[in-house]
Amino acid sequence: MKILREFGQYIKMFNGMFRMPENKSMYWKQFMLQCNDIGVGSLGIVGIISFFIGAVSTVQTAYQLVSPIIPKTTIAQIVRDTVILEFAPTLTCIVLAGVVGSKIASELGNMRVSEQIDALEIMGINTKAYLILPKILAGVLTIPLLIVLAMALGILGGRLAGSAAGIIDPSIYDNGLLMDFNGYNVFFALTKSFVFAFISTSVPAFYGYHVKGGALEIGHASTRAVVVSCVLLLLADYVLSALLL
Amino acid sequence: MIEIKNLKKSFGEKVVLKQINAVMEPGKCNLIIGSSGSGKTVFMKCIVGLMQPTEGEIIYNDVNYLTMSLEEKKAIRKKIGMLFQGSALFDSQTVEQNVIFPLDMFTNDKYNVKRDRVKEVLDRVNLKEDAYKKFPSEISGGMQKRVALARAIVLNPKYLFCDEPNSGLDPQTSIVIDKLIKEITEEYATTTIMNTHDMNSVMEIGDHIVYMHHGEKEWEGTNKEIIFSNNEKLNEFIFASEFLQDAKNMRTIQETGEIPKDVHEDVRDALEDKFNTDMDGDGVIGSNQ
Repeated sequence: MKILREFGQYIKMFNGMFRMPENKSMYWKQFMLQCNDIGVGSLGIVGIISFFIGAVSTVQTAYQLVSPIIPKTTIAQIVRDTVILEFAPTLTCIVLAGVVGSKIASELGNMRVSEQIDALEIMGINTKAYLILPKILAGVLTIPLLIVLAMALGILGGRLAGSAAGIIDPSIYDNGLLMDFNGYNVFFALTKSFVFAFISTSVPAFYGYHVKGGALEIGHASTRAVVVSCVLLLLADYVLSALLL
Repeated sequence: MIEIKNLKKSFGEKVVLKQINAVMEPGKCNLIIGSSGSGKTVFMKCIVGLMQPTEGEIIYNDVNYLTMSLEEKKAIRKKIGMLFQGSALFDSQTVEQNVIFPLDMFTNDKYNVKRDRVKEVLDRVNLKEDAYKKFPSEISGGMQKRVALARAIVLNPKYLFCDEPNSGLDPQTSIVIDKLIKEITEEYATTTIMNTHDMNSVMEIGDHIVYMHHGEKEWEGTNKEIIFSNNEKLNEFIFASEFLQDAKNMRTIQETGEIPKDVHEDVRDALEDKFNTDMDGDGVIGSNQ
């Protein structure tokens, strides 16, 4: 019952969110601020994670491909496809659900508890449109860009790790990257990234916006937001894979 | 003027407000008083539109707020300023940015005009310029209240709501905030509605007082009348302070020349000393034997 009630509240949250802004330039400013927070603010962690994921993928793939009849270019192909199809979009978004999601939930939760949201309401501002919508739009715009970057850095990490460990020559790795490349994989990854971006921002916003109580409840909301976002990301990952692949 | 008719608010089975009728008089400090849990915050939140009442009417200048369209409600809200219990300043913005925010959102004035208006209201609440660039966490509670008050009045509101403005402040700062609210009410001719359980505020600025008890309006009157009220529940609430009990006794003595029976012997002697008369007819003035 609680899940259904929460789901109903989550859907209701979008009601009234899409209304004419009181002042377009203020909403634009808020949107840009969120793009900076979510996009630029997550560059470091996304870069580090994707680079090492690519590196580890190369090493582990090479470790498993022991047969001499399998060409070394296969390592690059496997790394490329796993990074594009799964590691870059899913792992990056799970990390972002933690980093960005907890920030969104605790920020909105704190605003709710300290009556800042009430103060905005009293001024006649549509708080859902002013506080939540820019976060979701900024996420949907910047997270796919971060995922494209994660793909590139993952593949680059694999190339450098393969070369440094003497597993695969960079030129062979580059050849492997170009062999049997399927552009649909990128389309699929980007489709996932839009869905994941929406989940990673809207779910924490929902939990943060509806906090009741004090500091303890903000912590609970933040944790719950991250857990639910991660579960929904994995569920969406499976559904999208089943539908689109 | 704000008129409240048969206001009822329930949370599930629990009835928090029971058929409240009241009129918030224009240009005056209307105080909602009552002990903790009496429903005064819920009452204020219903009036201001932050909570939806279960039944009743809230009439702003002859129009029922609860039946207004969204646009009409927005228009009313632009005429409302509110000072919250915890100030509710935006943490990520400086003092100046907090106060300029409503101007940025609702006016198309040039930056210089807005900055002048911000300076004007911050001066009005006696905040010095060196605090303008500070964040709310860097200033004291009293200063935060003053910034919040400046933000509440920056758009020249018609209605000013203050939810326990003295909460968490020392008595001296509380008096400063009370005086500011009173002065601003007079200067801006606002209809001020203030929630409090601070009897100093009641006596200092309460032009019109509504006393709430267990979700019901128990008494209504002015700060001149409150001391002499015969309402038992109200008396229990206001005379929880010994000082006020003494003040009431003093007034009774001054007006009737009689000492109330329940006055403590020491207080009686002190009063006899002060008036240099044998008020209780025991043949002794004050503590002199």
